[in-house]
Amino acid sequence: MIGVITMLRYTLNRFKWAIITLWAVITLTFIIMHTIPGNPFAKEGAMPPAVYENLQVHYGLDKPLLTQYGNYLLEVVQFDFGPSLKSSSISVNDYILKGFPVSLHLGAQALVIAIFFGLILGVVASLKRNKWPDYLSMVIAIVGISVPNFILATILINYFAIKWHIFPVATWATWQHTILPSIALSMMPLAFIARLMRTSMLEVMGQDYILTAKAKGLKRSGVIIKHAIRNALLPIITILGILTANIVTGSFIIERIFGIPGMGDMFVKGISNRDYPVILGSTIVYSAVLILLIFIVDIAYTLIDPRIKVTGEKK
Amino acid sequence: MADKMHFTEDMFQPAEGNFKEAEKIARPTVSYWSDVWRRFKENKLAMTGFVLIILLVLLAIFGPYINGYTYYGQDFEKKNLSPNAEHWFGTDSSGRDLFTRAWYGARISLFIGLMAALIDFLIGVLYGGISAIRGGRTDNMMMRFAEVIYAIPYLLMVILMMVVLKPGILPIIIAMSITGWIPMARLVRGQVLQLKENEYIHAATISGANTSWTLRKHMIPNTMGPILVNLTLTVPTAIFAEATLSFLGLGVPAPQASWGTLTSDALGSILVGNFYQLLIPAILISLTMFAFNVAGDGLQDALDPKLRK
Repeated sequence: MIGVITMLRYTLNRFKWAIITLWAVITLTFIIMHTIPGNPFAKEGAMPPAVYENLQVHYGLDKPLLTQYGNYLLEVVQFDFGPSLKSSSISVNDYILKGFPVSLHLGAQALVIAIFFGLILGVVASLKRNKWPDYLSMVIAIVGISVPNFILATILINYFAIKWHIFPVATWATWQHTILPSIALSMMPLAFIARLMRTSMLEVMGQDYILTAKAKGLKRSGVIIKHAIRNALLPIITILGILTANIVTGSFIIERIFGIPGMGDMFVKGISNRDYPVILGSTIVYSAVLILLIFIVDIAYTLIDPRIKVTGEKK
Repeated sequence: MADKMHFTEDMFQPAEGNFKEAEKIARPTVSYWSDVWRRFKENKLAMTGFVLIILLVLLAIFGPYINGYTYYGQDFEKKNLSPNAEHWFGTDSSGRDLFTRAWYGARISLFIGLMAALIDFLIGVLYGGISAIRGGRTDNMMMRFAEVIYAIPYLLMVILMMVVLKPGILPIIIAMSITGWIPMARLVRGQVLQLKENEYIHAATISGANTSWTLRKHMIPNTMGPILVNLTLTVPTAIFAEATLSFLGLGVPAPQASWGTLTSDALGSILVGNFYQLLIPAILISLTMFAFNVAGDGLQDALDPKLRK
């Protein structure tokens, strides 16, 4: 019972810090927005002072900074990111609602590819140490870490789409369209998982309990699946948060290259248009998703590995 | 009995031979760093990375002067040329020599990478060191602050900063340093906290060593290893971030070039079939990332005395 209570307290504490972090993100974005020289309407050209004043009043820019900050916080808490400066009929919320499911689909597909193939490569490499599967997985890991995703994406397009016509070049319509961007996005996390899984497996395979299991006469496959892989998976879970961050930030480049109408594409367009509400809104949504994911991974980790003490006491 | 116990001076003679010689250590002393270097040299992959880094730096310094073109000189009669004897890497859509531009870009990309690493190092070591040495409430507050900043996605923050700042090399470095120093600070703090409790530090303190002595003679040499490894891994991260920024149109303004802007400029050309324009900066970025990563990994292994054979 005490375990459950400590767990609950730990979860609440982590949750509290997640909220504080999110608040810091919002505050920082607000400060950055208000240190921008000039005003958001400068691009509209010269306008009569009366019109300018009306615009200021309309967007609440005439109020003291602290009041604006309060209003901004209040709006964000209610998931209202305000209107887009570029197209007055569409709000930032509309953009997010339209783009988020697409990005989620792409990101989830990339994560599944990365985990599935990364684990297989890592396990095979460790079992066939210093033989060709090991070298193959090492080469894939090096390529995955050295080649930035935007370069990989353009190379994939050049060969698989332009030269060989196996997959469509860009856009987001059928399942075939999702394959190239998912591969491009998954390479770096795949490489990380493969490398980490290999070291982790090698370490576990050298443990006494593996020797015991073998000495008992258990089948090799049983030892590997039940004893080795299960224990070797633990370090992978800890880096899942970082990998998800990688996929999330990678997605806005991949989305731009492939012309996928996701949140990343909206973010990049927001940057080139200097559409501040769009940039701020997507930054906050991205950060929130990441902070939430890392929170979940942390909690999951303490649940999966009974050796982790949540009290945080040191010996 | 008593007579026999009587010693006279003439009974003694100076001993033959030099006894200092017997105490001498025959082999030259292997210091920690020369030992690290020896182990690093044995690691072929890491050495490849190290040699590549030196090669890239040399080419970044001298490359732009080799074939007599400038990075900004345009020649509209020689647009989109494939690599040939005159233009070794070909020319871009404005007729600029890509060989010169590639190495000029190397200069900017490497400079940004190295400067970002240096700033992260300075802020990180100071922040982490102060936090660990003061300890208690100060430490707690400082680390909580760092944790909150660290939870903000790095690349997002850099992009957001770049939107506000004007494009250029200095703003890119500043934007990267805003959250980039935190891993270093956490690392240094962890190291110093661990060292603080070691017996030899206590011994030094008891023998009358003051804080600055302990810092200079014990703390800094012993934290140098992990810091160096972290630095070698910061450089490729910064180069990658710069390339990403350029790719989003937030890089150095034309006619300046970095590897990121070269890739970004070449993106349109692959549809026309000028794939080499993209390939060259792509290979250069990938080689640099590869070189720093394997050198960093090798350094990590070499610095670990437990892996000593």
